[in-house]
Amino acid sequence: MAEKIKKTTTSSIKRKRFFQHFFTYLYMIILSIIILYPLAITFISAFKNANLQAFTLNFSGPWSLDNFKQLFSTTLYGTWYMNTLIISVMTMIVQVAAVTLAGYAYSRYNFAGKKWSLIFFLVVQMIPTMAALTAFFVLGLLVHGLNSFWYITLVYIGGGIPMNAYLMKGYFDTVPYDFDESAKLDGAGNFTIFWKIVFPLVKPMVAVQALWAFMGPFGDYMTASYLLRAQSKWTVAVGLQSFISDAQNQQFALFAAGAILVALPICLLFLYLQRYFVSGLTAGGAKG
Amino acid sequence: MKENKQSPRTSALLSIIPGLGQFKNGQKVKGGIFLGLFILFVIEMVFFGGNALVGLVTLGTNPGVDNSMFLMVQGTLQLLVTIIALFFYGVQIRDAYQTAVRIQKGKEVEDGWKGIRDSLATNGFPYMLTFPAYALMIFVIILPVLVTLFMAFTNYNFNHVPPQSLISWIGIQNFHDMFFLSSYRATFLSVFGWTLIWTFAATTLQITLGVFTAVVANQSFIKGKRLFGIIFLLPWAVPAFVTIMSFSNIFNDSAGAINVQVIPFLNHLLPFLHLHGLPWMTNPLWTKVALIMIQGWLGFPYIYVLVTGILQSIDQNLYEAATIDGATAIQKFNHITLPAILAVAAPTFVTQYTFNFNNFTIIYLFNNGGPGDVGGGAGRSDILISWIYKLTTSNTPQYGLASAITLLISAIVIGVSLVVFKKTHAFNMD
Repeated sequence: MAEKIKKTTTSSIKRKRFFQHFFTYLYMIILSIIILYPLAITFISAFKNANLQAFTLNFSGPWSLDNFKQLFSTTLYGTWYMNTLIISVMTMIVQVAAVTLAGYAYSRYNFAGKKWSLIFFLVVQMIPTMAALTAFFVLGLLVHGLNSFWYITLVYIGGGIPMNAYLMKGYFDTVPYDFDESAKLDGAGNFTIFWKIVFPLVKPMVAVQALWAFMGPFGDYMTASYLLRAQSKWTVAVGLQSFISDAQNQQFALFAAGAILVALPICLLFLYLQRYFVSGLTAGGAKG
Repeated sequence: MKENKQSPRTSALLSIIPGLGQFKNGQKVKGGIFLGLFILFVIEMVFFGGNALVGLVTLGTNPGVDNSMFLMVQGTLQLLVTIIALFFYGVQIRDAYQTAVRIQKGKEVEDGWKGIRDSLATNGFPYMLTFPAYALMIFVIILPVLVTLFMAFTNYNFNHVPPQSLISWIGIQNFHDMFFLSSYRATFLSVFGWTLIWTFAATTLQITLGVFTAVVANQSFIKGKRLFGIIFLLPWAVPAFVTIMSFSNIFNDSAGAINVQVIPFLNHLLPFLHLHGLPWMTNPLWTKVALIMIQGWLGFPYIYVLVTGILQSIDQNLYEAATIDGATAIQKFNHITLPAILAVAAPTFVTQYTFNFNNFTIIYLFNNGGPGDVGGGAGRSDILISWIYKLTTSNTPQYGLASAITLLISAIVIGVSLVVFKKTHAFNMD
């Protein structure tokens, strides 16, 4: 009986499977095209004539590197790039240091006020920092921080600390406590346990934290355009926007060239480190 | 005996002047430090703090000389310092009490520089580790947020620009204007309405797309999973502002790829549709449609990656058992896959909604909040956060009103997040 049913349904199962495979691949290919199309347009436009008339996918020549030359000779792009790098590196160093230390303390020690201060972190993290922009502006006036890198760096760091300290605690929690215990028995001090035993084990996560902190200033437009008003102090995001914001004179090709120089390194860093933060993503999610 | 019993309380009472309780407990160095800090604070209060707090109340009395905003910031800073000082005041009283209790129980109490160094290295270690994070948070987040909070109750706007003129407290006038003053009310309701539609539509699209793609791409027969995986990750890997600006060009009415290339191509492929170019940048409806689609494009990879991780952790035996029981693919999804995803990713999904609620970058960079305007400086595709930005950067800035809207936004976001955190027991930590 069962044999008979199996035989009669084999062909319909085969047909069903064909359709399943067909539509699966169709969906994935269409989605891939939708993803790649706009990226390809930007990429290819960067190598086209400077007075590009339409922003489309067009493989016909002539090709040139003129846009890149123009970027560094006639605009402040190089300065903007350096500015962004300075701000990003400073943000990365300070934020990762503060967040790693705090995360370690919350993971490894019991101390008075621990629970409440963690809840404090969580609540502060919910406040959209960028909503306090006006206050940042006034504070900046008061301490002469507008148009200066140290000030905007502090703003970025402050915004990044609460959530990331909380995440770091989660990463440190995944390192077994046995390591600390046995090191303590061997007479290792607090600092030695942290630096020599536990820290090396969370290095991948620290790398991910560093990547996030580094990418923050690269991706931010709002704070930078608000606090850095002088053209020579702009970051790449603000500068690039100026190429296309003038409706009468949109410099598509120049924009595309500048965009590639930002997007490519960040994209590669991201893909290189993705396996770390992808696993961290689900580990953090599973903990709730 | 009796005196001994009272001794902790006496120590605590003595510590009303910081340090005295510690002196009584025989901790001379510790007491000296506390007393010294207390004297420093009193001096600070006399020479700076008192005036700063008064300044916060009056916001200046002398137009052209007093800068109301600076007074407000200094006053807020002093308020924070005072609160922190009061906190430590309480801590040192508790310390005096507990040390006295330890003495009573016959335990040894350390003192001297060495004792303090030792206790800093053991009990104090976690505090030293968290100190930088706290210092940064207090001065870079709490202080500005408090200033914003205060600003919402002032008339700080283009008519009152310090130091030329003074700013004054006006109570809940800004909130009143927002809800009841006809011109602002119309703008507020219009912007708020679109903010809600935007948040719901864009986030739901990106979550649906992410979950669907993960489920489809995770089927075992698929070849080239690695390649597809990298392609699907690209919208997340490329900085959002770069892609948003690119899309802003691509959707350009006259020169963009959608009108110049995609629509002619679709017409060629499916001639019976008779598609024609759309006014993406000049018609508010089409701008909104484009914004939602672009956010779907930008936001789905994060969900896709998260859900893929969850899918790989689901026990395959469940699916086999369901197949034997004759379950359809949809039944399997509804009863096995979806519950597993929601159990892990529900909090992340909610944070995606709060993220888009404040997603300034896409709204501002795609079409500058335009086209058109709905009064109060807001364009037809502006959401609350981009309206705030425009209110404070225009030629006629409205800082007070902007702060009031900011408070409203923050209240909504914090409220939603609190509910989520409570539901997911994120507060039940050890």
